[in-house]
Amino acid sequence: MEADTRVMDNNSSDIDIVVLTKGVPDFREGKVSFDEHGHLERGKTPTVMNPNDRFALKAALQTKVRSGGKITVMSMGPPGYKEILQEAMNIYADDLYLLSDREMAAADTWATSITICTAIEKLDPKPDIIFAGFKTADGETGHTGPQTSWALQWPIITHVVSIDVNLDEKKITAKRLVQGDIKEVETVEVELPCFVIPDPEFEAEYPKASHRLRLQNLTEETRERAISYEETLTMWDHKELNLDPDYIGLDGSPTIVGRVDPIPKAPAEREATIINFKSKKEMEEVLGVMAPFAGED
Amino acid sequence: MHEYEHYEAIVVGAGPGGAAAAAVLAQNDIETIVLERGVEPGSKNVSGGLIYAEESSPYTMDDLFPEFRKFATERPITEYKLHNISGKKTATFDLKGLHESDTEWCDSVLRRKMDSWLAKEVQGMTQETGGGLLNGIRVNGVLRDENGKIEGVTCDEIDPITADVVIAADGVTSELARSSGLMNWERPEEWFQGVKVVVDLPKVDNIFGLEPDTGIAHLFSGDLFDGVRGGGFLYTNRESLSIGTVFHLDSIMEKEAETQELLNKLITHPLLGQWIDEEYCELEYSAKLVPDSKKAANPTPHLDRLLLVGDAGGQMQAQGPIIKGMNHAVTAGALASEAFVEMRERGSIDKTGERYELKLRQTGVMNKLRPPMYSVVKAIGENKVATAIVDGLITSPIGRGAIRVIGNKMEKLYNIPILSMAIPDTSTPYVTLPTVIGEELGTVIKSKNSVKPPGLAERISKLSYDTDIGKPHIKLIDNSYADSGGAVTACPVSAVGFGGGCYRVEEVEIDGKIEFRVSLDTQPCIECGTCAVVAKTEWNNPRGNKGVEFRHG
Repeated sequence: MEADTRVMDNNSSDIDIVVLTKGVPDFREGKVSFDEHGHLERGKTPTVMNPNDRFALKAALQTKVRSGGKITVMSMGPPGYKEILQEAMNIYADDLYLLSDREMAAADTWATSITICTAIEKLDPKPDIIFAGFKTADGETGHTGPQTSWALQWPIITHVVSIDVNLDEKKITAKRLVQGDIKEVETVEVELPCFVIPDPEFEAEYPKASHRLRLQNLTEETRERAISYEETLTMWDHKELNLDPDYIGLDGSPTIVGRVDPIPKAPAEREATIINFKSKKEMEEVLGVMAPFAGED
Repeated sequence: MHEYEHYEAIVVGAGPGGAAAAAVLAQNDIETIVLERGVEPGSKNVSGGLIYAEESSPYTMDDLFPEFRKFATERPITEYKLHNISGKKTATFDLKGLHESDTEWCDSVLRRKMDSWLAKEVQGMTQETGGGLLNGIRVNGVLRDENGKIEGVTCDEIDPITADVVIAADGVTSELARSSGLMNWERPEEWFQGVKVVVDLPKVDNIFGLEPDTGIAHLFSGDLFDGVRGGGFLYTNRESLSIGTVFHLDSIMEKEAETQELLNKLITHPLLGQWIDEEYCELEYSAKLVPDSKKAANPTPHLDRLLLVGDAGGQMQAQGPIIKGMNHAVTAGALASEAFVEMRERGSIDKTGERYELKLRQTGVMNKLRPPMYSVVKAIGENKVATAIVDGLITSPIGRGAIRVIGNKMEKLYNIPILSMAIPDTSTPYVTLPTVIGEELGTVIKSKNSVKPPGLAERISKLSYDTDIGKPHIKLIDNSYADSGGAVTACPVSAVGFGGGCYRVEEVEIDGKIEFRVSLDTQPCIECGTCAVVAKTEWNNPRGNKGVEFRHG
């Protein structure tokens, strides 16, 4: 009998993973609603999970499939954000946390980071890795993740396109885009605990058959769990986190929004050139433009 | 040395053969992983549409999956007719006797529905063994150990896997069968090509006078296919029809026939006007290469730990007009697993292949696939002189007179199973005889046909593809017309003068001389494998999830 290598990549201990997510207006065409001045109508626009958080969840799931462990998904927002957590659970979550009360409302990125940092420190056991999406679709600041890692005093890796966790050595090896350029990739090695921000270019890798089988089972499980997600949901308010209302929410936010400009209409993604090909030469020009997009043969 | 993941059993392909193999393995608590290249089982599968359960067979689909007929099939086929067509005349034979001979049941099926249902069952069964079913994984070849023995498989998407047994149920385009040297794609005479359309027809019951638990199969042969050896079929599904043709590939090549045109000749034939009209609507166009087991079934379908079942091993029986493929795949899949279970208990898994071969012989499967009588018929009758003499005799006044005298008894002869198993592969049974029968015994067809079948471009445009851009799965090795030109007509999504197909002919000037060259664009490919036999190609399946996705099949 040959050696069975189908144990987890490493199973010396389980890994505790947290994924941070946020609800944002659904900016997809047909869903989003603007008034006549070009301002977003929040009431008429549905809230969805921030699209970039999908990559954070996929990175977390890859880690769980390959190394075992538990995934906690956390968000801060009004009670209606429970459904955002359900959306996340459809990708994968073992349990859900929502930080929610009136005192936390209207927080800027600073007050949000302080609140989230406090909640993470309250988790038992403490997480080994935190994944967060690369900027939210509404604020687009990209501040909350890095500020939270600073508040936790954890190292952070951003623009991550692939990860490999080595639990024995308590290390994570990540490939990241340098300056967001897909052509330049650097490999970094960081000790756990660590904060990781996957890039939208992130792709989960499941090179072994057992990974794929486990992924299939976990995906099936989480979708079943998501139907009655409230059973795994914990709500924390500022009292439970022992936070002073003066330092969170609107009162704890140093950011002052001076003015909001209407969102400019996105330019068309495609350009069209009208060609009246009468000669062979003109047709050759067209072929010349098209050639790089054609297949090998 | 590499450390690969090891499973007790790998089953490649989740069609009926793979499902049966996996079911028997799982019943015996053997850790089994099933690898399927499609997005879902059934998405790569095409069949004419009838699945048989034979009384003499040790395993049938409902033995292994008791609810199969309730959920996975279309309707029972309770009537079976053969139309001998000559011009506007047809003589219809009732072949119920042949159809029911050794038949426990026979249902029409659509493969996407059937295979995806089976997959759910297989998924549940194999998960309990510690394995499971993975979609979107293309097995691209065998993995060999340091001594060159097969010990597992290699895949596009995941690391190689080793196993105590590898059951290749990966269909007619099996890469395992070819890479292990157990099957080849060289001789067109070993293959049929089937082309089919699924036609939307919600009122099947009314039009054919059927109840929900009855169905009908119509077969067509005679002079309507330009002398190409083969025939047509029409099977009733629940709310649709499967209409198709099956021809010998060497005959298609010889006559330079456009197979989709031959199919159109059937669709537009007056005889079919009684069932279809101008509201005719095709749901899906598909095609498939069909091994002729009489010549192609490998009598020793195993090597080291690799066992071939179903189409991968050429196990597709043409019993006269009746085509039996899926039932043999089921039996073979189950027998292969049974062989492994027995040899594992005895601690000699290396003998699994031999055991499987023995089981195929002992249960009579191999004799059905390669009837001993056929070799006699082939030796005497499959040559040009004999065919010319027999054809000449049948078409002569004496022959015609004899057929008139035999009259209705002809129908009885057609219903004798042993005769149907040993029909020579010549123009006589496919073209000459049915045409003369139609002429001499037929009545004039009264119905008119107003159907206008769609062109190839429209048929292709209705199919779903996920193209692997920049990575064509077929490469043309020789683009000369002499070596690869046959694909332009034989490929079911190509035609002379059609620019939107896989294969085209181009005129090129070489040293001042005009020459014909063949070019290939794999985008519209429906993965039948025809061009691998008739042209010089390097033929692979697209990687997992890529390529065509059949919705009906």
